[in-house]
Amino acid sequence: MHMADALISPAVGGVMWAATVGLIGYSAKKIKEEADNHKVPLMGVLGAFIFAAQMINFSIPATGSSGHLGGGMILAILLGPYAAFLVMASVLIVQALFFADGGLLALGCNIFNLGFFPCFVVYPLIYRKILGNYPTQGKIMLASLIAAIISLQLGAFSVVLETVFSGISALPFPTFVILMQPIHLAIGVVEGLVTAAVVTFVWKVRPEILNAAKNSLPIGKLNIKKVLLVLVFVAAVTGGALSWFASSNPDGLEWAMFKTSGKEELESQEGLHASLAGIQEKTAFLPDYGFKKGEPTAEAESKWPAVDSGTSVSGLVGGLLTLIVAVLIGLGLRQRKNAA
Amino acid sequence: MNNIGKNSFDIGYMDTLASGDSALHRLDPRAKLIATFIFIVTVVSFDRYALAVLTPFFIFPIVLISLSGLPAGYLLKKVLIVSPFAILVGIFNPLMDRGILFHIGSLGISGGWVSFFSIILRFILTVTAALILISLTGFNAVCAGLIKLGVPKPFVIQLLFFYRYIFVLSDEAERMVRAGSFRAFHSGAIGFRTFIALLGNLLLRTLDRAERIYHAMCCRGFDGNIRIIRSMKITYQEIIFVFGWGALFIFLRYFNIPLKLGVFVTGFFK
Repeated sequence: MHMADALISPAVGGVMWAATVGLIGYSAKKIKEEADNHKVPLMGVLGAFIFAAQMINFSIPATGSSGHLGGGMILAILLGPYAAFLVMASVLIVQALFFADGGLLALGCNIFNLGFFPCFVVYPLIYRKILGNYPTQGKIMLASLIAAIISLQLGAFSVVLETVFSGISALPFPTFVILMQPIHLAIGVVEGLVTAAVVTFVWKVRPEILNAAKNSLPIGKLNIKKVLLVLVFVAAVTGGALSWFASSNPDGLEWAMFKTSGKEELESQEGLHASLAGIQEKTAFLPDYGFKKGEPTAEAESKWPAVDSGTSVSGLVGGLLTLIVAVLIGLGLRQRKNAA
Repeated sequence: MNNIGKNSFDIGYMDTLASGDSALHRLDPRAKLIATFIFIVTVVSFDRYALAVLTPFFIFPIVLISLSGLPAGYLLKKVLIVSPFAILVGIFNPLMDRGILFHIGSLGISGGWVSFFSIILRFILTVTAALILISLTGFNAVCAGLIKLGVPKPFVIQLLFFYRYIFVLSDEAERMVRAGSFRAFHSGAIGFRTFIALLGNLLLRTLDRAERIYHAMCCRGFDGNIRIIRSMKITYQEIIFVFGWGALFIFLRYFNIPLKLGVFVTGFFK
């Protein structure tokens, strides 16, 4: 579920980064206000727990595959939304840096998809609502199961939206949704069962841990309206700024892209994808920018080859040569370094 | 089980790499963070059919690896390990997008294949850049740089804690799994019930450990801050590094060097 840099556009990456940075800032402020020094080491060590727990796999009966803990929901249950969001962000940062699991530009998207939904949407609106004021074991199990499934569904849907808005993958929106949602329903059920079982385990052995988490009011009491407001504001500002930047000199940009890439875009746009592309055109920084011909694909097909095959072949030859030159420079530098 | 040991070994190895001593290692972490970020944003800003234009960007990872003496093979292997996701999503492009973009001889190349290889190139470029950043800098230095760049302190402090305890808790998890497998009749996969008991106990131990750590730190005067002794300085080297690479990336973004080279070379054969 971790998105890679290769599949997103700078606009989508930028907006999600801004949203995530805003949320981290807001959550960090809340933690600071609470002035509970105790919490910071606890957060760090629980992050390491999630990390270690993800390395333990169990076998899923009758499927031959194995599952492990994702962790967003369990963190929210144990730490409350603000601290959990920060911990989830750190887990994803370390995964991105050391295991290249999800890219750096995509980090904003990943933190948002896997942190925002469980912490700020599902935890207050679903988990706490089901749990009520007098939790029982059955309620805890049900709430954890449903919460984990829903937060994964929301996360997966968000992955689809971000990918489609980026326009690097050619997968049309409906196909991608049909691929992603059922897979993540299955993953969500496993995640939900694990979450429910672990939370119930803790509830049975050491109920005071869950009660403490529930009663630590400054963290438990979540001002969802404020969070959403901050989020919408940040996203609107960055989205606006980026699209202004893109449209302030569209002609120059298009011209430069046509000149530099030596080819125009051609793509089939039907149904939802077309209408999404309409929105995308307003928001996207570069992909799909201005080269719409408004012609059906078939026509475009018959038209294009004649126009730019020459430049494209030259482009490929040039690309290969450039690569060779780059490698030679590297070898040269290494030789010099070793000689020195 | 082996998996667990390997993961923490991997992180440890990258920290070893980061303790190397080259001019690039000594550079201020902020400079490396910013240059890497400009690089990634420039690379992903190309349109989906960009292929040859991306090749000059390999100069950044190649030069950094060569000058710092990082093991290129190791980094490449790490890129390969994580490549399946990009390939999985990218492989739909050739199926969905069959419009012929150009011909090589009589072979028609569809837009889908061009954009597929474009995704692969972007993937290699962005992932190597991120891996080089961490193996040249080390995690603690990156965190110090983040504080200087204005990231909220509670966040960075718990990030440092987190990083420090990955090793401890991975070892703990490994010991538990090993102990479990010694007592099980079937080696290999763990069943659900055992898994939950393992995880639950690991969680309880973690919470107790967090409590002990906190008390130990209070005894030593912890007040919510971690002070890092590391003099960070922006000298002319950092400025040259950031602006030099930045200018190169922007130049490569707007001038298609490979195309010019290709036109020049193929011109000879006409």
